[in-house]
Amino acid sequence: MYDGGKIIAGLVIGLCLLLSPFFYNAGKAAKAPEPELTAKAKEAKQCVADTAYMKSRHMHLLDEWRQTVVRDGERYYKGSNGKVYYKSLQVTCLDCHSNKSKFCDQCHNYMGVTPYCWDCHLVPKENK
Amino acid sequence: MGVDRRQFLKIASLSTLLGIGGKAVFELLAPGELEAAVPLMEGKRWAMVIDMRRMTDEIMDECQKACHSVHNVPNFGDPKVEIKWIWKEEFEHAFPDQENEYVADEVKHRSYLLLCNHCSNPPCCRVCPTGATWQREDGIVMMDWHRCIGCRFCMAGCPYGSRSFNWGDPRKAPKELSPDFPANPEFPTRTKGVVEKCTFCDERLAKGELPVCVEAANKKKEDLLIFGDLADPDSNVRQALRKHFTIRRKPELGTNPNVYYIV
Repeated sequence: MYDGGKIIAGLVIGLCLLLSPFFYNAGKAAKAPEPELTAKAKEAKQCVADTAYMKSRHMHLLDEWRQTVVRDGERYYKGSNGKVYYKSLQVTCLDCHSNKSKFCDQCHNYMGVTPYCWDCHLVPKENK
Repeated sequence: MGVDRRQFLKIASLSTLLGIGGKAVFELLAPGELEAAVPLMEGKRWAMVIDMRRMTDEIMDECQKACHSVHNVPNFGDPKVEIKWIWKEEFEHAFPDQENEYVADEVKHRSYLLLCNHCSNPPCCRVCPTGATWQREDGIVMMDWHRCIGCRFCMAGCPYGSRSFNWGDPRKAPKELSPDFPANPEFPTRTKGVVEKCTFCDERLAKGELPVCVEAANKKKEDLLIFGDLADPDSNVRQALRKHFTIRRKPELGTNPNVYYIV
């Protein structure tokens, strides 16, 4: 093999460069953010469905709301607790969860998802 | 020697027949099929009667202001990118099909209040490739802004200019022209690349309220804008239509508009 030493050295350096981000970030896993509840949300105790469902499936629920409200004109949702809610991200969800940056954005950023709800739907003003 | 010209043509025509000449084309071209695809009206049919004899420019401005602030419609100050749900227009532009050579001065020289006609046979819904606009069972020509891809076929299809396109982000409208935009925190704005129009205030109807233009106009003068169910023979709109002579915009196009003007 001609120039074997150089090739192997180059491969080792290349591999090191490739893996450097893993070594650099080793043991420093970013902690999953905890969504913060506003006083109003805490007081309500329960969302339109139970917390586990809302954590994992809220996007599906919102999608279903969007479909049924716009397409079928069904504007009310009966929660698992028997309470009836007005189906609206902007009016109902963000009324309790008015702290969008701490409730929505933190997790979405952590997960690397960028929902485009806010291109149209208005976000309440937050007191920072 | 490969395929000669004659063989090539045979294969080409045969594969065309098999490929696109199947059932679909015959269904598409069959007469009456497209007409049947438009949902028939059942029960309710929302309509509006506008009494232009008692209408004034100030009240029309009032209606537009109320509508545009409730629905977060931005004002860019440039007619090229204008977004309008309800607006004023002169007689010749509103009713170009009125053929009389001489028209009464008061009819000819006043402005008319125009909005989406919520046609019973809406051309916009037929041309929408994504189903983002469709006719509800109560006759309202509805829009799903989530689904609009901004192709503007509907704008080409609408003979009334009732649809506007968001050429830019509505939230970037100049602040000096729309200082309180978005004025209504309970209604969304739209985004760049989406078509929008009047929805007969479906969100208010759902709560049992009248459209906001009707409310604004009738605050000034009673029964200036009459909103009701055309399917019900005893409804307020049907009574008004029985009592007064009315005209509609471009009815000869067969769109069957549901906004009537008492002139």
